[in-house]
Amino acid sequence: MLGLSQQALLRLPWRRSLESIALPVIALTAALIIFGGFCAMAGANPFQVYGSIYKAAFGRWSAWQHTLILSAPLMLTALCTALPARLGLVIIGNEGALVMGGLAAMATGLGLGITLPPLMVQLAMAAAGMAAGGLWIMLAGALRYYRGVNETISSLLLNYIAIAIMNHLVEGPMRDASFVIKPSSAELDPANWLGAIPGSRIHFGLLYGLVVCLLAYVLIQRTPFGFAARIVGGNIRAARIAGLPVGKLTLAICFLGGSAAGLAGMVEVAAVQKRINQSLVSNYGYAGILVAFVSRHNPLATILAAILLGGILASGGILQRSHNLPDATVLVFQGIVFLCVLYSESLYGKFPCFREGEG
Amino acid sequence: MAAESLGLWGIPLGILAGTLRGSAPFLFVSLGECLTEKSGKINLGLEGVLLMGAMSAYGVSYLSQDLVGDFWAPWLGVLAAGFSGMALGTIHGWVAQQPRVNDVATGIAMITLGSGLAFFFGKPFIQPQAPQLMTFDWGAWSSSPQVQAALKVSPLFLLGVAIAPLLYAFFRSTRWGLSIRAVGDSPQAARAMGISIFKVRLFSIMAGSFLAGIGGACLSLYYPGVWTERISSGQGLMAVALVIFAQWNPIQCLWASLLFGGAQAIGPTFQSVGIDSYYYLFNAAPYILTLIIMIITCSPQRTLSGSPGALGKSDHT
Repeated sequence: MLGLSQQALLRLPWRRSLESIALPVIALTAALIIFGGFCAMAGANPFQVYGSIYKAAFGRWSAWQHTLILSAPLMLTALCTALPARLGLVIIGNEGALVMGGLAAMATGLGLGITLPPLMVQLAMAAAGMAAGGLWIMLAGALRYYRGVNETISSLLLNYIAIAIMNHLVEGPMRDASFVIKPSSAELDPANWLGAIPGSRIHFGLLYGLVVCLLAYVLIQRTPFGFAARIVGGNIRAARIAGLPVGKLTLAICFLGGSAAGLAGMVEVAAVQKRINQSLVSNYGYAGILVAFVSRHNPLATILAAILLGGILASGGILQRSHNLPDATVLVFQGIVFLCVLYSESLYGKFPCFREGEG
Repeated sequence: MAAESLGLWGIPLGILAGTLRGSAPFLFVSLGECLTEKSGKINLGLEGVLLMGAMSAYGVSYLSQDLVGDFWAPWLGVLAAGFSGMALGTIHGWVAQQPRVNDVATGIAMITLGSGLAFFFGKPFIQPQAPQLMTFDWGAWSSSPQVQAALKVSPLFLLGVAIAPLLYAFFRSTRWGLSIRAVGDSPQAARAMGISIFKVRLFSIMAGSFLAGIGGACLSLYYPGVWTERISSGQGLMAVALVIFAQWNPIQCLWASLLFGGAQAIGPTFQSVGIDSYYYLFNAAPYILTLIIMIITCSPQRTLSGSPGALGKSDHT
C-alpha cells in the first residue's frame, strides 16, 4: 500500500511537469505554423522569415545582447501582474506603475545630481521608483479591498492618469527648455547612468530583472507570506476563516508588484532614455501583462517568457529590411503567439499521456 | 485656432463641436462593449477592433471609389469596418471562452493582434486620400465658418444615437435580449433554461465587435478623417470604463459618450484660446471622473448596480 502511493507520488510530478513544458512548446509550434501561413499569403517565404527572426533574436552574441536588453523591463513589468494574480487579482496597471516609477526615479536622480556617489544615487533612484510604482498599484489594491472597486478597471484608468501626469510634468514644471526635439525633462547626469555589465552592451537592468524575479519566486513559493497569498488566491473565504489578514496581504502584494514595474521605469530612464518624455510609454507595461499570463504567473517562467518576447521584439527591423514586410509584422506574430499560448491553457489535463498512473 | 476670433464664446462652441465630432467613436465602442459585457465577458480587445475598423473603412473607401463613386465608397468602408471588427470578435469570443483562459489577457493579446493586422494591411493607405463620409451641414444658416464647421454632423453619429435606445429595448423586451442578460447574470439559470452560453456569448462578442468596428470607421472617415497608426487615443480601452460609468445601460452609454467626447474637447479648446498650462490634466478628466464615480458607487458588500453577475468571474463549470 505504502509502496504503491509512493510510486504514484514519484510518477505524478514528472508527467505534470512534462505537460507544462510540452504544452507551451506545442502552442509555440502552432503559432509558428499560423504565422508562416500569414507570411506566405503576404508573399514571403515562411522558412526564411523564421530564419531571420531566429538570427535577429538569438543568432549571435550581439543579437542575444539586444534581446536581453529588451527583455529586462519585461521581466519586471510582468511581475506587476504576476504577483497580484497569485492573490486572485487581475492588475493591468503595469504601464502606469512604470511611468510613475520612472518619474520618481528621474526626479530623485535630478535632485541629487552629483552630490552623492553614483551608486548611492542609483540606489536612491531605484528606491524612489519602486516606492512610486508600488504605491500606485497599492492604490488599486486598496480601492479593491476597502471599496470593492474592480482592480482591473481601476488599474487601467490609473495608466492613463499616470501618463497624463507625466505629460503635464514634462511640458511644464520638469521641462528642459534647452532640449527642443520633444518636450522632455532635463538629462540625467552621465555619472548616474546605469552602466553596462562588463564585457557586454547589456545594462545592469537585466541583472535587476533576474534578481527580482528570483526573489519573487522564493517569496511566493518558499515563504509563509507567499503561502498565505496563495491561500487567499485559492479560496478567499477559507483564508478569512483561517484568520489570514486579507487586507494587509492585498496591499502588500500590490505594492510589491507595482514596485517591480516602478523599478522597470527606473531602469528605463537610468539606462536607456536618460530623459523623461513620451518614449517612456513604450508598451512594456501591456507586453508585461501578456508575459505574466503566458508564464502562468510563475516568476521563474517569467524570465523565459520575457526573453522570448524580447527576441520577437528584437527581430522587428530585420523583417522590414530583408523580407520587405511592414514592421507591424512583429506585432502580428506577437499576437498569434500569445493567443496560442493562452489557448493552450485550456488543454491542461486533456491529453491522457500526461496523466499520472496511465503509462 | 478657429475659436480665436470668437473670443471666449469659442470655448462652448469648441466643446460643442468637439462633442459632436469626438463622441461618435466612443458611442459605438461603448455600445459594443455594453452588449459584450451584458453576456458576462469583457473585451479589452476593442482597441484592436477600433484600429482594424478604422483601417478597413479607409482602405475599402479608397479602393472602391472608382468602382462605386465617392458617395457610396465610404459606406462600403463602414460595412467593411463592421465585418473586420466582427472577424476579430470571433477569435476573441472563441478563445476567451475556453476553460481557464482569462478574458482580460485574451483581450490584451487581441489588441496586439488587431493593431498588428491594422498596421500591416494599412501601411499602403497612410499616404493616399480616401473619400470621406458625407455630413449633414446643420450650420448652413450661419455666416460664421466656425459655427458651420462645428455643426457638420456625421450620419454615423446619428446612427449611433438611434442604436442606443434600440439596444435598450432589445435588452428589455426581446427574447434574445433576455437570453443575453440571463447568460450574463446567472449562467447556471440560463443553462437550466436550455440556453447555450457559448453561442450567446459568441454572438454578443461578435455583434459588439461589429459596432466597435464602425466606431473605427468614424475615426478614419469622419473625424479626424485620416488613417494613421496613432488614430486611436485609447478609445477602445476606454470603452470598458465608459460602460461602467454608464452602468451597463445603453441609453446612459449615449450620455456618457457625449460627456467623454466633450471632456476630450476641453483640453484642445482651452489650448486654442491660449490656456494651455493644464492641457494634459484636462485630457485625463474622463479617467479621473470614472475612477471617482467607481469609488463613490462601489462598496465591498455589493457590486455596482447594473453589473452583470457573471462579469469578471471564471466559469468553467
